[in-house]
Amino acid sequence: MSTWRLGLAFAVLLLGVMPPVSAEYADVVLNRRAEKEGVRPVIFPHWFHRIRFRCKVCHAELGFKMRVGSNDFKMSDIVDGRFCGACHNGDIAWAPDRCDLCHSGKRGLPTGIYGGHETGGPGRW
Amino acid sequence: MRESTSQADFWRRALVVLALLASAGVSGSDWESLNKDGIHDPRSPAIQQLQQPADALSKLTPDTAGNMVRWVQSLEKGEINPRANIRPDTKIRVYDSDVLLNLKGGMPIVRFPHRQHTLWLDCVNCHDQLFKAEAGATKFSMLKILEGEQCGVCHGAVSFPLTECFRCHSVARPGQAPRPSLPIAIPSGAVPPK
Ligand code: HEC
Ligand code: HEC
Ligand code: HEC
Ligand code: HEC
Ligand code: HEC
Ligand code: HEC
Repeated sequence: MSTWRLGLAFAVLLLGVMPPVSAEYADVVLNRRAEKEGVRPVIFPHWFHRIRFRCKVCHAELGFKMRVGSNDFKMSDIVDGRFCGACHNGDIAWAPDRCDLCHSGKRGLPTGIYGGHETGGPGRW
Repeated sequence: MRESTSQADFWRRALVVLALLASAGVSGSDWESLNKDGIHDPRSPAIQQLQQPADALSKLTPDTAGNMVRWVQSLEKGEINPRANIRPDTKIRVYDSDVLLNLKGGMPIVRFPHRQHTLWLDCVNCHDQLFKAEAGATKFSMLKILEGEQCGVCHGAVSFPLTECFRCHSVARPGQAPRPSLPIAIPSGAVPPK
């Protein structure tokens, strides 16, 4: 009986510790301006893109900096063929007129990398 | 007597329900569906159109962490063939040389494989911002790595997470109790730091 109680306490602890989101590992939310300008935050899935492109395409050829929030993605640049627009141009991938496919995030999410990178620092051990 | 049995039953049931809840949160399956992942808006029209992670990732070589895909093997087996450039004039650089790091600590030695990295990455992603292109020139620290610097820029964010200690600390030291299945021999072509 006391073992069951112990187990119960453990299960409650587990529940409490669990992160509220279970996004796929390495999903990026981009929301520096989107929500302020009245559209949903953008979700960039690394898993989907790395099946099709090596890291070097975006982070060397196209020069995306490897720090979430450090690239100044603007919608006008994307439409002009920069950033996501280097591929989302109707040629390599579908064109930027399909707003919802990128702007698919929940409102209120801050820019960041999601998906439970288990060790973001010693504090998270 | 009867009383205490039903009480035990209650606790047992409560525990089972909670355990189920907990495990559903941790790993209902290996990949959460988009409408339940906590970042996609379930009311977004995109939910019907975007690919579910499980559809793509369950077909690749499995892993126990991160995207639950062993990306290096998946690439080497040809399960995936991601493009290395989108402009025809971009030079694709691959470098085949292992560097042994941390030759003095208590953990097994770290083998850094250039080939597996440069299949995905270009030299400028690491040199010389993160590491000097000279064996032994960079001062490494596991604490910095855990804070998201050095190897931790990618590992723990996009590449396999830092919980996989022995994927980096992969070379047992001479005389060190060898982990089963780990070779003690230092691989040929490895460059020990000065
Ligand atoms: C299709 C383009 C694309 C590809 C391919 C890609 N990334 Fe990214 N990456 C991004 C974008 C976009 C961001 C977010 C940048 C921002 O917020 O300013 C990002 C961010 C990152 C970050 C920053 C995470 C953090 O914690 O701040 C890292 C590290 C990273 N990528 C590594 C990789 C690695 C490793 C690969 C290959 C396995 C890869 N990326 C492939 C587009 C890409
Ligand atoms: C290929 C992906 C993609 C598509 C498609 C797309 N956007 Fe964006 N959009 C972005 C990104 C990335 C940002 C920057 C997000 C941030 O940090 O706030 C952005 C930002 C915005 C912003 C914020 C202000 C600004 O200028 O940056 C608005 C408004 C916006 N998009 C509207 C739209 C509309 C309307 C469409 C459809 C016509 C659309 N977007 C299609 C990726 C996309
Ligand atoms: C190197 C080229 C490249 C870049 C850069 C790129 N994408 Fe993509 N993206 C693709 C391709 C190719 C597809 C698949 C198109 C198809 O299925 O026809 C895609 C698909 C997507 C999808 C849909 C995924 C699904 O489930 O179907 C989203 C969302 C997306 N991209 C967002 C972005 C955002 C946001 C950015 C910029 C931060 C971006 N992409 C930058 C090439 C790119
Ligand atoms: C991405 C690769 C990587 C992963 C994963 C990793 N380490 Fe390390 N670790 C390193 C590197 C590189 C050093 C070298 C630092 C130095 O030279 O002191 C290091 C050094 C250390 C050191 C200090 C030197 C020593 O041998 O005593 C300890 C302790 C350590 N790691 C423990 C761990 C543990 C425990 C884990 C798993 C939770 C882990 N590491 C996962 C790359 C990694
Ligand atoms: C993922 C990060 C990463 C990438 C990408 C990378 N390197 Fe390195 N490189 C390292 C690390 C770590 C060391 C060891 C540094 C130290 O010991 O101080 C190193 C060391 C070196 C060295 C000295 C040791 C040796 O092997 O002779 C050379 C030369 C070198 N790199 C060349 C390259 C070239 C050329 C490329 C691109 C084709 C490249 N590197 C890509 C991380 C990287
Ligand atoms: C710029 C990003 C980046 C940095 C920095 C980086 N790695 Fe990696 N590493 C990758 C990618 C991408 C892979 C491919 C596998 C994956 O994504 O999980 C990889 C794979 C590996 C592998 C091979 C795993 C296998 O499955 O065979 C080892 C070992 C490794 N890294 C160790 C290190 C060590 C040690 C350092 C620091 C000295 C380091 N990495 C720094 C991106 C990086």
